[in-house]
Amino acid sequence: MYNEPAADASLLACPDCDLLQRLPNLEQGASARCPRCNHELWRRRDHLRHRTLPLTLAAAVLYLIANTTPMLGLEAVGREASTTVLGGAEHLWHDGRKIVAGLVLFTAVVAPALQIGFMLLITLGARREQPPSWVGTLLRYHPITRIWSMIEVMMLGVLVALIKIAELATVVPGTAMYALGALVFLLAAIQASVDPRDVWLRVEWAAEAEARRGGARTRRAAGAMP
Amino acid sequence: MSSAATTAMEQGLQSCDGCGLLSRPAAGEDEGHCPRCGEELAFRKAASIQRTWAYVIAAAICYIPANVLPVLTTSTAAGSESDTIMQGVVLLWSPTGWPLSLIVLFASVMIPSAKILSLAYLLVTIQRGSIRNNGQRVRLYRTVELVGRWSMVDVFVDAFTAALVQLQPLMAVSPGPGLFFFAAVVVLTMLAVESFDPRLIWDASSAEEARDA
Repeated sequence: MYNEPAADASLLACPDCDLLQRLPNLEQGASARCPRCNHELWRRRDHLRHRTLPLTLAAAVLYLIANTTPMLGLEAVGREASTTVLGGAEHLWHDGRKIVAGLVLFTAVVAPALQIGFMLLITLGARREQPPSWVGTLLRYHPITRIWSMIEVMMLGVLVALIKIAELATVVPGTAMYALGALVFLLAAIQASVDPRDVWLRVEWAAEAEARRGGARTRRAAGAMP
Repeated sequence: MSSAATTAMEQGLQSCDGCGLLSRPAAGEDEGHCPRCGEELAFRKAASIQRTWAYVIAAAICYIPANVLPVLTTSTAAGSESDTIMQGVVLLWSPTGWPLSLIVLFASVMIPSAKILSLAYLLVTIQRGSIRNNGQRVRLYRTVELVGRWSMVDVFVDAFTAALVQLQPLMAVSPGPGLFFFAAVVVLTMLAVESFDPRLIWDASSAEEARDA
C-alpha cells in the first residue's frame, strides 16, 4: 500500500538524524547540510544532461577493455604466466575457495557492470522531461551497486600483490591495469556529475505508474468483452 | 535547538531511504510503500539493533579464525609454508616494503577490528539511551561506512598473488582457509553497517527535547 505524500512538498527529513527541515534554493555546485548532524542533504549539479552520458560511455568501454585484456604478467627463470581480472576469481574457484571466488567476481566484475549499466540507463531515461518510473527503480538500487563495486580497492590489492611478487620475479603490468586505473577516476567523475534530486523531482511516481498500468489492464479487459 | 525542531517520526512522517520523499502511512499503519519510488518504508529500519548485533557478533567470531588460520600457502621445491595475515604483514616489512606492510596492516587488521568495536559501541550507547556526543557518534558511523570497504584489499592481494604465481614445480601459491573467514568478516561488517539506522543515535535526544518543550 502506498503512503500519502506529505502535504508540504518542500519538507525533507535528514536521512541520518530524521530532523525535519526545508532545503534552501542552491546555486550550481553549492551544497546544503543538516544543521543538527552535518549530513550533506543535497549538492546541486547541473551536468547530468551533458557530462554524465559521455563519461558513462567511456567507463563502459574501459570496463570492457579491463575485463578482456591481461592485467598482470610474470616472467621468472624463462617461464611466463599472466592473469586477467576474471582469472583471479577463476583461480580461487579451482583452488576450492568457491565462496571467496564468488565474492571477488561479484565485487570486481558484476557490481561494477551493474553500476555502469544502471547509470547508463538512468542518464538515457532522464533525458525525457518526465523520466519513466523504471528510472526511479534503477536510481533507488544504484547506491547498492556502488557499495559493492570495489574497483579502487582491487587496484590497491593488485598493486600490493605486484610489488610483493616483484621481489621474486619480473612483473609486467598489462593493458587492463591501465584501464582499471582510468576507470577509478571516471567512476568518481560520474558520481560528481549526477544530482539524483534533479531526477527524483521529475520522475514518474511508482504509484502513478501502477495506477496507469492497472487502468490499461482494465481497459484491455473491457475491450475483450463482446 | 529551538522547540520548533522536530523529527519526521514525531510528525508521523516517513522519509524514504531510496529517494528522500516524505510521506504519511495510512491511518493506523506503521509501514507502507513510497509513492514515488516504491521502496518499503518504516519509521526506523526494521529490527535494526538486533540485526546489526547479529552481524557484528558473527563478524567478531569469524575474526578469530581469519587471523589464526593461514591465508596463503607457498609451495616450493624445498617444501611448503603457510602464512597468516599478521605473518604476511611481517614478511612484507623491509627497508623498501614497509609502506605496503602498513597498508595491509591497516586494511586487514586495524580496520576490521575498529569496525567491530565501533559498531558495538554505537549499539551499546543507543541501547543505554545515551544523549551525549551525538555528533561524534554519527561521524564515527559515517567513517565506518566510508572506510569499511577497504578491508577487502587483502582478499584481492591473495586472490591475484595466487592466480599469478603458478610456476609449478618451482613455486606455486594457493589461498588458505583463513581467506574465507577474512572475507566473511568484511562482508558481515558491511552488512552490519547497512542494517544500522543512524537515526537511532538521535532518538533519545529528540524524545528528551520533546519532553522539555
